Amino acid sequence: MEHYLSLLVRAIFVENMALQMFLGMCTFIAVSKKIETAVGLGIAVTAVQVITVPLNNLVYQYLLKAGALTWLGFPELDLSFLGFICYIGIIAAVVQVMEMFMDKYMHALYNALGVFLPLIAVNCAIMGGSLFMVERSYNFPESVVYGIGSGFGWALAIATMAGIREKLKYSDVPLGLRGMGITFITTGLMSLGFMSFSGLSL
Amino acid sequence: MSSAINAVLTRPIIAENPITMQILGICSSLAVTTSLNVAVVMCVALTVVTGFSNFFISLVRNYMPSSIRIIIQMAIISALVIAVDQLLQAFAYEISKQLSVFVGLIITNCIVMGRAEAFAMKNPPVISFMDGIGNGLGYSIILLLLATIRELFGSGSLFGMEILPLVANGGWYEPNGLMLIAPSAFFIIGFLIWIVRTKRTEQMEKSEFRMAAHTVQEAAH
Repeated sequence: MEHYLSLLVRAIFVENMALQMFLGMCTFIAVSKKIETAVGLGIAVTAVQVITVPLNNLVYQYLLKAGALTWLGFPELDLSFLGFICYIGIIAAVVQVMEMFMDKYMHALYNALGVFLPLIAVNCAIMGGSLFMVERSYNFPESVVYGIGSGFGWALAIATMAGIREKLKYSDVPLGLRGMGITFITTGLMSLGFMSFSGLSL
Repeated sequence: MSSAINAVLTRPIIAENPITMQILGICSSLAVTTSLNVAVVMCVALTVVTGFSNFFISLVRNYMPSSIRIIIQMAIISALVIAVDQLLQAFAYEISKQLSVFVGLIITNCIVMGRAEAFAMKNPPVISFMDGIGNGLGYSIILLLLATIRELFGSGSLFGMEILPLVANGGWYEPNGLMLIAPSAFFIIGFLIWIVRTKRTEQMEKSEFRMAAHTVQEAAH
């Protein structure tokens, strides 16, 4: 149990997807102007991450890994080079299915998150989560925990960033730095703040 | 025609740079810039993928039903990235280990998808290829600049060769540890945008609020 808790804390704070790994930056910068939209996107990313990372873990373990196809009678087959195309396919499919499911059964949520869902398919944080899971060879329960942690960490970062930017728009920033420039520098400062978690271990 | 190709190739390098101007594809450009070696490989990989993905997508653009075009683009891009990744693992194994997941993340790099969608879907193959290469070079120039600054000041070397002799080796330069950790990349790119926008004022963003004039001064009038 402790092992999972430690993994969760590491995924949220120490190895924060946005601030320490630079993943999902494009959407992070583009969609962090308002708190409500940022929180909506954060929730959507977390939801997709929680589904796709474990799903890709299963695909990797039972279809792609060297010797994973033993149950089909191909013990020497190593399909791990097909990883990228499978993961992105699964991510795109999950996003599409989630969109259709939410449209049918959770219409209120769909109205709130619907516009962000297509954006998520090309979010580096989602793809990055799956790739890190494979690289660090997490098993299934670990991948569930990692999915929750990394998604929540990203959501936390974008929500905080949106809060800062809502205040920032009233301030008198030098002309050339306005908008993108100051956003990057603020992100840098936040990232510096998150560095203080780096000694944290449970 | 040749001047059109020229323009397509050179414009994205400074005037319409995908990173500073359109804020695309910065995810990977930040994480792999602590050493110049790795950054160069990343640049070559991305430029090749962007060029060829534009070329192939442009070749099939008239046969794609628009409702499934994204998935076709994705498939073409991931196939190219798989090829690049396999080549790297075969010929530059050490560097491919250092790049870890970031080669795979070229698939979700917004520059590749963005150019495919914005340019390759509407233009013939050769010029699309040039546009891809041009955008790749625009990305590369920022990446290399970042990597040069970070490696030079972070570990006193370029391409792993010592330029500023370190105190630890009997020299005079105390390496700046900040340059090697994540926040410095954000700061450098922020300042880079500042410099570019000071030179090119048309890229500046309008602020949402205008500062009111100083009230005390107005009262004095």
